[in-house]
Amino acid sequence: MKVPVSIRGLSKKFGSFEALKDINLDIAPGEFVTLLGPSGSGKTTLLQVLAGFVTPTSGSILVAGEELLTKPPHQREIGLVFQNYALFPHMNVFENVAYPLKLRRLSRSEIEIRVRGALDMVRLSQFIDRSVDKLSGGQKQRVALARAIVFEPRILLMDESLSALDKKLREQMQIELRHLHERLHTTTVFVTHDQREALTMSDRIAVINNGALIQFDTPRAIYDRPRTRFVADFVGETTFLPVELGTGGGASVFGTPLRLPDHAGASAANSRESWLALRPEKLAIGPVVGPEAEVNSFSAVARETIFQGDSLLVIAGFADGQNIAVRLVPQEANRGLVPTPGQPIHINVHRNDSILVSGDV
Amino acid sequence: MTGMISAGAPGSTDTTYFARAERKEALSFALLAVPGLVVIGLLLIVPVGWLFVLSFIGKDGGVSLENYARLAQPVYVITFVTTFQIAGIVTVGSILLGYPVAYLLSQLSPRAAAICMIFVILPFWTSVLVRTYAWLVLLQRRGLINSWLVSLGIINEPIPLVNNFIGTTIGMLHVLLPFMILPLYSSMKTIDTDYLKAASSCGASPMRAFWDVFFPLSRPGLFAGTVLVFILSLGFYLTPALLGGGRVSMWSMQIATNVSTYSNWGAASALGVLLLVVTIAILAALNKVFRVDKLYGGR
Repeated sequence: MKVPVSIRGLSKKFGSFEALKDINLDIAPGEFVTLLGPSGSGKTTLLQVLAGFVTPTSGSILVAGEELLTKPPHQREIGLVFQNYALFPHMNVFENVAYPLKLRRLSRSEIEIRVRGALDMVRLSQFIDRSVDKLSGGQKQRVALARAIVFEPRILLMDESLSALDKKLREQMQIELRHLHERLHTTTVFVTHDQREALTMSDRIAVINNGALIQFDTPRAIYDRPRTRFVADFVGETTFLPVELGTGGGASVFGTPLRLPDHAGASAANSRESWLALRPEKLAIGPVVGPEAEVNSFSAVARETIFQGDSLLVIAGFADGQNIAVRLVPQEANRGLVPTPGQPIHINVHRNDSILVSGDV
Repeated sequence: MTGMISAGAPGSTDTTYFARAERKEALSFALLAVPGLVVIGLLLIVPVGWLFVLSFIGKDGGVSLENYARLAQPVYVITFVTTFQIAGIVTVGSILLGYPVAYLLSQLSPRAAAICMIFVILPFWTSVLVRTYAWLVLLQRRGLINSWLVSLGIINEPIPLVNNFIGTTIGMLHVLLPFMILPLYSSMKTIDTDYLKAASSCGASPMRAFWDVFFPLSRPGLFAGTVLVFILSLGFYLTPALLGGGRVSMWSMQIATNVSTYSNWGAASALGVLLLVVTIAILAALNKVFRVDKLYGGR
């Protein structure tokens, strides 16, 4: 089922603490949206408001044009997957997945068919009669997922659903969830603090900090064109260089005028302070470039190199003492581009990868 | 410890050293259980064994079943039935009164729960004798409850609330209620609220979520409380003796009478042994009904 979800002016106060500040978010039918933010940012509170376990102070949530907030949780038709699975320990796998269908008074044969279908979808049909405490973490997560989708909910909510799994399994489940979503196209809201998970799975990411929505964009836009220093810092590795804004609208770093992409952030230019955000993997240690090249070049001194398996990290220092990380892929390292500590180098970055962000959180 | 490592090639330790260390560890664990075993042995196994033997010794000092034959007399049969009736009513009553209280406590904030818990535990610290006399004051013919009921016009004449079955049941219920509430509470505390949220997201109304999820998960506590209250009721002496006014005869009072009035240890022992056997049988039956082994199994 594909429904649009429209969150309007949603606020939640716990005493004087503002957990959610005027959240406005439009989720398209069948979209996979991730709420990304550090712990305590309010992303889980937003999910709990959607599920009906937290009553907001003000605002509205329209699901297919219908107000959601006035309905009790059990009438919202929302599938929920918890971090700790929350499988009923006194029921086996079949009974857990069948529970939402039993509540809907489906016939026994219908329940049987749909439970098998849901378990097939999460590739767990051979465990149908297992007791849930004899399952591994990944299997429990799949049962929880099957229980959440078996009744074809209008919205699927997932609260840090993969964070209890180990890294390999988590990455595998991310891909599986993505495939499952491509099959079902249920409007999905996924909560995580893991930026890589958010980038991997989402159609769009809503970055939340201190209860406010900071940026709502596609993973690529969030990564390549973060609007604020917080977003750039939270998603991916970043070095920030202070930008001096000239009166004529030009920007410079360390006295060198910057070449910026055509879409260079207007919000950053209008802000009190702005920063140049640089991703380690978009930097190159290179030859001196001429003024005609579309590249910004900074002089620095190599400090150390760190071997990280799939890449090599070069830490270099600027004249003012600030450090910057440059990631070299093995091909570059093999071409003899690895500087020795103490060696003066030029760090080049294409103007399209030179991102201006505002200092706002 | 280094002295125990046999001299050999550097870095190689004789495997007998590890075997010895393992045996030593096992022995020290066994030693930890010794004080407990001694206490249980001296204070439980030996006296019960002795009573068991006594119950088979007749008046003439020879082995006989006469003590058990006596138990078929109507007075004992009536006592037996009364005892189980009272224990049953007290147990059911304590479930009905205790379950909501334990549920409330488990849902409160830790601070509020701690304050309310004082009211559950406070009677625990007061002597049973004091509490029983307090009930006597409340329940007697001209006691508080009767005079209120009369002045409210609910009844014309004071009703007999004490020195009978009702008074005994009320008094025992009061004394035993914490034994129901405490295990229930500790069992309910371990029920993650996420289970109820999960049930609700599956479409269960709060009532359905309670009966489908919360209640089954609280069964270990319910079982523990039921067993505690029922078994303590079966052996209750002081409260029925004072509030029953001689009209309610329970098993424990028959045992006391046989020992103190007739000095008939054989008969008293037979009564005790029968009570013990029946109690164990009930325990086993309750375990089947509540399937507690299955609830705990594999966890």
